[in-house]
Formats: sequence, C-alpha cells, structure tokens
Amino acid sequence: MMSDRLQIIGYAVFAVVMLTVVPFFTVLAGRNDYLYTFTLIALLSIASAGVWITFAIGRINIGQSAYALVGGYVSAILVATYGVSFWLSIPLAGLFAACIAVVIGLPILRLRGVYFSMVTLVSTEVARLSALALPITKGAKGMVNLPMPGPIAIGGITLVPDFATLENPRIAFYYVAIILMLITFLLVWRLMRSRIGQLFVALQQNEDLAQSAGIDIARLRVIAYAISSFLGGVAGAVFSAVSQSVYPSSFTTQDSINFMLNCFLGGLGYVFGPIVGTFVLRFGWDLLFQAQRFQLLIYAAILIGLMLVLPNGLLSLIPSRKGAKR
Amino acid sequence: MAPILTVTNLTKKFSGLVAVNDVSFSLNQGEILAVIGPNGAGKSTLFKLISSFLRPTTGKVTFEGETISGRAPHAVARKGVVRTFQEATIFKALSVRDNVLVAHHLRSRAGLAGFFLGTTRARADEAEFARSTDDILGFLGLKDLADAEAGSLPQGHLRALGIAIGLATNPKVLLLDEPFAGMNHDETMRAVQLVKGVRDRGVTVMLVEHDMPAVMKISDRIVVLNFGQKIAEGTPSEIQRNQAVIDAYLGSEDESIGI
Ligand SMILES: Nc1ncnc2c1ncn2[C@@H]1O[C@H](COP(=O)(O)OP(=O)(O)O)[C@@H](O)[C@H]1O
Ligand SMILES: [Mg+2]
Repeated sequence: MMSDRLQIIGYAVFAVVMLTVVPFFTVLAGRNDYLYTFTLIALLSIASAGVWITFAIGRINIGQSAYALVGGYVSAILVATYGVSFWLSIPLAGLFAACIAVVIGLPILRLRGVYFSMVTLVSTEVARLSALALPITKGAKGMVNLPMPGPIAIGGITLVPDFATLENPRIAFYYVAIILMLITFLLVWRLMRSRIGQLFVALQQNEDLAQSAGIDIARLRVIAYAISSFLGGVAGAVFSAVSQSVYPSSFTTQDSINFMLNCFLGGLGYVFGPIVGTFVLRFGWDLLFQAQRFQLLIYAAILIGLMLVLPNGLLSLIPSRKGAKR
Repeated sequence: MAPILTVTNLTKKFSGLVAVNDVSFSLNQGEILAVIGPNGAGKSTLFKLISSFLRPTTGKVTFEGETISGRAPHAVARKGVVRTFQEATIFKALSVRDNVLVAHHLRSRAGLAGFFLGTTRARADEAEFARSTDDILGFLGLKDLADAEAGSLPQGHLRALGIAIGLATNPKVLLLDEPFAGMNHDETMRAVQLVKGVRDRGVTVMLVEHDMPAVMKISDRIVVLNFGQKIAEGTPSEIQRNQAVIDAYLGSEDESIGI
C-alpha cells in the first residue's frame, strides 16, 4: 500500500488544487454549475467519510442518509425557526445526529454482517417517514427558502461576510464545503493514525479477541458510529444551506448506497478513499448522461467490473514500497 | 499457597446438554494448572465461563475474593483474568508488533481523546507500550517477525503471538486453550519453556492441553474433566495413577492417551 508520506503529499496537492485552480477556472469559464457539482461532491464525501469509519470497525453502514437528513433538518429548524446562526448550527446538527446514533447504535451495533446492514438500510426510510410525519419538519412540503448564512465577526472584524450580500454565493458555498471536507479528512487521518484507529481495526479483525484483551468493544463501536453519524449530520446541515431547502427526499436510500459505494470504490484501506470514490462516482454518472436510458446499466456494469478488478479500490492502483503500512 | 481464583459448583447447560457439570476447584497463586479431558469434555466451555465469555447456568467464579462471573469479558480482562483462544486467534491484518501494541490498551492511563490529541500522557503511554512490546516480542522469540503481517505467520509463531497478546494485557491469570496444538515435538518443548517463563514472570497459568507429555512436564497440578464433570484433581504423578482417569481415556476415542 501507499506510504503515509505519499498519501499526505497527494492530499496537500489536492487541497491546493481545490482551493485555487478549480475555483479560478470554473469562475473564469462562468460555470457555476460545476462549482455546485464540486460543492455537492465535497459534502457527499464528508458523509462518505463517516461510512468509511463504520467500515473501519467492520460494519457495512447503508444508513448514512438518515443522519444527513437529521442534520439537514436540525440546521434548517435552528436557522429558520429559532434564528440560530447557520455556522453554529453545523456542529449542533452533527452532535444531534451523533446523539441519535448513540441511542440507536447501542442495540444495533451488536449485530454483525448483513443483519447490521439491513437495519441501517431501513433507517433511511424511518428518517424519511419521520420527516413526513413530524409537525416541526413541515411534512412533504419540506423547509424552503432557508435564509443565507449570516456573517461571522469577531471583535468588529468580519471574518466571513453575510452570504446574502454576496454577488456570487455559489463560490462562497464552494469554499465552505471544500474547507470542511479538507478538515474532515485530516481529522479522520489523525484518528486512524492514533491508537483509536488501531483499536478500530482490531475490532474489525476480531471482536472476541479484542474483548479478551480488555477492550470495551461496545463502547468503541458506539464511538465509531457516533463519529460516523456526526459527519453525516454535518454534511446534511451544509447541504440544506447550499440548496436553501430540505425535504424528506433530500437524502434517499439511493444516497445511502452511494455513500457506501464511494468507500468501496476509493478503497477501504485508504483514509482518502471516499474522496476519490465520490469524485469518480459522481462525475462518472454525469458523463454517462449521454448514454441516456442506458446510463444506469452501463454505470452498474462498470462498477461491478471495477470491484472485481480492483477489490482494494482505485487508490490501490498507485504503486508503493513493499511492506509499507497503509 | 492462597487460591487466586476459585470455581464453585460451576454448571453450564446448552439447551439440554450439560457441557460443564457442577465443577469446583481453585487455582493457586503462581502455579501452572492444566485442565485435561477427552474431546467435548467441557474444557473450552470452562475457560469461557472463567473469562466470562459465557454466563454460567449456576455456580460462580471468584477472583481475588470478588465474583467475576456475569461481568463483561473486557471488565474481567481488566481485573487480570485473560484468555487466549483454542483456534490461533490474532488480528490477522495487523503487523505482529501492532497486535501486541493494541493489546496493551487496558494499561493506558490516557483517555481515548488524549490519544487523538497526542497529549503528554498519551505519548508516555505509547512509549511505555512500545518498550513493553519489544520486551514481550523478544521473550517469545518474535522480534525478527515484528513487522510481518500476523496472518502470514506459521502455526508455531501464531500460538506464540496469541500468548504475546495475552501477556500485553499484563494479566494476573492467563488461560491458555491448547497452546501447543499444531506444534511438532521441538516446538512444543520450546513452548513449554515459554509458558514456564510466563509463570516465572509472576503470571498464574491455567491451560487446556491434549499433549500429555507436555502436560506432565509443565503442570504443578491437573484437573481432569469427563462429560463436563471433574473426575480427578492432583499432581501429575497422582493423575497418571488415577484409575478413573485411565478409564475415561481408555473409554474414549481420543488418540492422545499417552498416560
Ligand atoms: N455454544 C455452544 N452451544 C451448544 N453446545 C456447545 C457450545 N459450546 C460447546 N458446546 C458443547 O459442549 C460440549 C463441551 O464442549 P467444549 O467445552 O468445547 O469441549 P472441549 O473443549 O473439552 O473439547 C461439547 O459437547 C460441545 O458440543
Ligand atoms: Mg476445546
């Protein structure tokens, strides 16, 4: 596998490109639509990073949309109904999602393999139905016309302007999403290189042995799942601001499946895998738009082919020193 | 010698089948106690009960005067009662060193957040774990293999790594389930020395083993199970002369009689 150094250098290059080259050329070309696509990709890869963390403890999570939906609604309600700052609503949405994950995770994380996956698969539907039924989420109409993010000012100095005053808020949202994504993956990197990451992998490898070595596996599993859901909530919160709306169908079971596929595609052994997977999956899908009614068919065939040929993901294509740690 | 661990009237039923039947004995501080018996006698079940991976149907296990049966397995490990597994069980995808490092976890003084942030205490823990890991790997002859992927080790080394993982937790009582299985004669004799070395480090050892010459060589005392019941207890020479034991082994299909 790739050395740590190579991965970090690659990530740094990627960060610089995303912060300078990409916005420069898209703005130059007047392609706000691309800017929006990149914003979405950044948010989707944050949610995928969460799913990747549950993979790290050996659980296939097909329910991330539920937490993205929760995060989207929590942020929308806080901002639109209670006048809370959007910026504050991001961590609050993440925390709310994490708290729900703790309550749900305690019982369901005992399940392994396909049983866990099935329960998570259902959870997106439960979230959708809840959003339809609860009065506070305004049912099928959803929450629309959400206000733009306000300014951030410290001691009279405006750090971030009021988005409503901006000529092109798309580029502002782009930077919010990209910076959040960059920070998220650095933190996940740090997490996985710390003892916690080592414990996660130990759990994935053998829960009984971990337990016999005195590791509180139930607690660690819940921690992993809570972090995962926190990231889902954060992604959902920013998404609701970007689209200035959130509906029960803003995140669907299909998205849950895509989050999981992003991880597979990028490579489960690589922290940055979900970014690669999300980019490729999203752009691949858009490119295949030309194929019209064959879009899904070709897309599925390519995905299956890739998984057969590259079981360790796209990042495994990059050669590395032998014996290097992932 | 004072008993460090006591098993009292322990019974485990699996839907009708009595795997462990009213077994009582105690383990003395600093000894090596072997549990023997034909296949299916209930030895592994007994170990799972002691390490609290299974809940007893009736009876209890006390460690240093405290009841440990019914507690979570990781909590029992934290108290100092740690088991290894019958099947060579390791963290396959981790390196040999990481296997042992991660098993040091219950010794950590820093919290999880501390490890994430890299606090002074966490770094001190890491340094201490690294030192202790080197020590354990050296002791078990695994030092040269430290960077190898654990899943690629041959049987003999797998067993040693299993013991290394157990030792990393700094146990007071180590339960070894068939530590010599799959080893040839030379490997077994080396492993016997290792287990004696573990005891000399101050760890009380209880093991399940089929290899009779090894058992006779290594153990201070032996407990014999047959159909879940304890049929004998004593020193190796007492057990070798015990008629009930000889009958149990002769009456079974087990090939490893060797008494
Ligand atoms: N989880 C279980 N469920 C049902 N029966 C079991 C279980 N574990 C063990 N047994 C049965 O209990 C008996 C004792 O098994 P075990 O303790 O593994 O024997 P030993 O280790 O002495 O060979 C066997 O008959 C076995 O089939
Ligand atoms: Mg057994």
